Amino acid sequence: MTAIRTIAAIRFGFGLPLPAGAPDTADAMLVRLAGPDIAAQDWPIGGLEQAAPLLIALKSIKKEGKSDAAQAGRRDDLLTQIAEVTYAARIATFGRILDAPDGFRERLVSFWANHFSVVARNPAETFMPFALVEDAIRPHLTARFSDLLAAVTLHPAMLLYLDQSASVGPNSGLGKKQSKGLNENLAREVIELHSLGVDAGYAQDDVRQMAELLTGLVYQVDAGTVFLPRRAEPGPETVLGKTYQGEGLAMIREALGDLGKRPETAVHIAKKLVVHFISDHPDPDLVAAVAAAFVATDGDLMAVYTALLSHPAAWQDQMEKIRQPFDFILVSARALGLSGKMVQNLNYRPFQRIFLKSMQAMGQPFKAPNGPNGFPEAADAWITPQALASRITWAMQEPQQLLDVLPDPVAMAQSCLADRASPALLLAVSRSEDIREGVGLILASAEFNRR
Amino acid sequence: MDRRHFMRGLAVAGCSAAAHPLMTTVTLAGSDGGRPLGDHRLVVMILRGAMDGLDVVQPQGDAQYAALRPTLLQPGASDLDGFFKLHAGLGGLMPMWGAGQLAFAHATSTPYRDKRSHFAGQDMLEAGTGMDVPAGLVKDGWLNRLLQSQPGLTSETAYAIGRDAMPLLQGAAEVRNWAPEAVLALSPQARLLFEQIYHDDPLFQQTAFEAMELAESGHTSAMEMDPNPTGVKVQDVEKLVDYAAGRLRQDTRIAAFSMSGWDTHRGQAAGLTKALTRLQYAILRLQTGLGPEIWGKTALLAMTEFGRTAQENGTAGTDHGTGGLMLMAGGAINGGRMFGKWPGLAEQDLYDRRDLMPTSDVRDWAAHTMRGMYGLERSVLEQTVFPGLIMGADPGLVL
Repeated sequence: MTAIRTIAAIRFGFGLPLPAGAPDTADAMLVRLAGPDIAAQDWPIGGLEQAAPLLIALKSIKKEGKSDAAQAGRRDDLLTQIAEVTYAARIATFGRILDAPDGFRERLVSFWANHFSVVARNPAETFMPFALVEDAIRPHLTARFSDLLAAVTLHPAMLLYLDQSASVGPNSGLGKKQSKGLNENLAREVIELHSLGVDAGYAQDDVRQMAELLTGLVYQVDAGTVFLPRRAEPGPETVLGKTYQGEGLAMIREALGDLGKRPETAVHIAKKLVVHFISDHPDPDLVAAVAAAFVATDGDLMAVYTALLSHPAAWQDQMEKIRQPFDFILVSARALGLSGKMVQNLNYRPFQRIFLKSMQAMGQPFKAPNGPNGFPEAADAWITPQALASRITWAMQEPQQLLDVLPDPVAMAQSCLADRASPALLLAVSRSEDIREGVGLILASAEFNRR
Repeated sequence: MDRRHFMRGLAVAGCSAAAHPLMTTVTLAGSDGGRPLGDHRLVVMILRGAMDGLDVVQPQGDAQYAALRPTLLQPGASDLDGFFKLHAGLGGLMPMWGAGQLAFAHATSTPYRDKRSHFAGQDMLEAGTGMDVPAGLVKDGWLNRLLQSQPGLTSETAYAIGRDAMPLLQGAAEVRNWAPEAVLALSPQARLLFEQIYHDDPLFQQTAFEAMELAESGHTSAMEMDPNPTGVKVQDVEKLVDYAAGRLRQDTRIAAFSMSGWDTHRGQAAGLTKALTRLQYAILRLQTGLGPEIWGKTALLAMTEFGRTAQENGTAGTDHGTGGLMLMAGGAINGGRMFGKWPGLAEQDLYDRRDLMPTSDVRDWAAHTMRGMYGLERSVLEQTVFPGLIMGADPGLVL
């Protein structure tokens, strides 16, 4: 049997060795999660307000046209500044994970950032996925799910990514005047991906009504998320059998609140959490327990996480899941003894190449899944010949780029795998031709790549 | 790497050869008759994100079309048959149409209906099943089941290419998965050690074995080719297609990969042109890379999870719909013509009064292509490859 401490770190955190004082039992992890977000304080990333002045300035240039060479230069300068803010946010995201004595919190942040995937589609948008995490996800990590859902749905990053800012009620003032109309994108994904799930009983008409209900909601670069009545479809909308009267943000919040408390949502979120943390073939009893906690508390996420960590099936010995490339890279860096500061001191190019380009080669471009459904979960989606080749190559070649002196491989195997290091791995490591190869074998091993 | 060498490594580690999953592969490889599936090549492209067929092949002869598509209508698009016109983004394929090597099936779709979810829609497209099968029940893809139905195939017969997962080709029959830029260079000693540490984890063991074999087989995507006729170079597409062409010129008979970028909710004119430029480049590059002889025995099928709304939405784009478009290209295709029955665009003719009404099953076109090229029995296609499909009369898709 694997020690509880090992499972806590590997399955629910960012691996071993744990930083000093890190919680290593379910109870301690939950207590820490309910406390302050220390990692965010230590590695601050501003929310959207940090990038807003740059985006406002960029917009004013676009309005004036870009034929003028001076304006084009100013535009490049602003895009460079946005890239710098984004780069700092990437480093801070890595720093939080490497230094945080609260791995479960960071794993949950990753989980929700993927559940509510937004992708930058042009250089001006690159900071948006980070802004969503700072403004909407981290502050609501232990709130009610419906509050998290509302915060994310109303965030400019989401309004932009799923085209809500362009949607207009066809019978609204603006719609009639300019013959503009609906865009169903956000409405569909809020129901299908973010709340009820595709298996729930809803119909195209619910999507359509939800799209009408969301009209008026827009992101304006200089004002943030606003509700503009002249774009809102008049009249009541009926979504999943409930009729919503009136208009404005209050009604949109009410509808999102209802979606976030539906029993189908409870099952969808419970299953997704269990699949993410425990198994691609989840134990129905575990899913039922997590969903029941969701329903009983109207989606109190602390209660949901507590139900997850309290269930014996969550602590099964078998490591069924694969560490996704982002986790693999971060856990490897931690196993090699890297701190956030050391990552920050890397130059731009090595950081991009060793971390970000490698993640892409392993199948997970950082914060850039193919669509709003995020990255896949199944083990065989990650361990393909081409992706495993990238993991092995990274394990063999990059550690020596990061460290002047590589750690002793046998000691490293024990510190980063503890009682999960198999005799076969320890034997192979002792037979490796050199330290570089020994370290590579550990990081590329099945034990290290599973959780 | 040498397969026997790897097996010896496993034997050293105390593995029972009889129980080893790789033995099946070795046996199949040994029975290689040299010409599995004959000489025909099948290339399947999955267009992820729901391509707007009504924009790609525009039914400008339909009286309703102009009103439904006020900003997307392209009066200058190339005429196909007097009724349909081809989007300018695929204009470079007109010579192929003229040569009878390009065809389209319009108003076609999988059996997927109503919820219009990309992800459920793609699952069904790749599983090759119908609405009677609960989502997620069928774990293998239809192209893999085609392989399962054929004896004597080698591990080189089919390739899934690129970094994206291809459920279409996943399943019990062995296929190759590789990306053109992937590398894996290990010392002989390191290789032996990997065999040992992966020994008890079948997923890692099998995958690493494939990776080592592919990395060592000397497959490279470098090819001497004429500059592409379109003049627009799309680097990532080029690598992908060159790799596919390199394999298909040898023992490989089936290749599959995917292209995304079709989800055009907003500003479709620009977004679709970009995606079509990539698609066109892929097709022309494949034609060049295969050379006239092999291209002459090739059918390329490009399919998507569903079509998009008949009417433009309020943001110069289109939302998720139902009936869509399938593209077929290659010398094996009896092309230069449109396939499928046109349902019309009047409101009462639409599915749910909103989407192009599907008049055919996308699986039917694929089934007839495979039957035409490989001589597969109808029963195999209707029961094994596409369970539940009832094939229609032979549309004469394959020469």
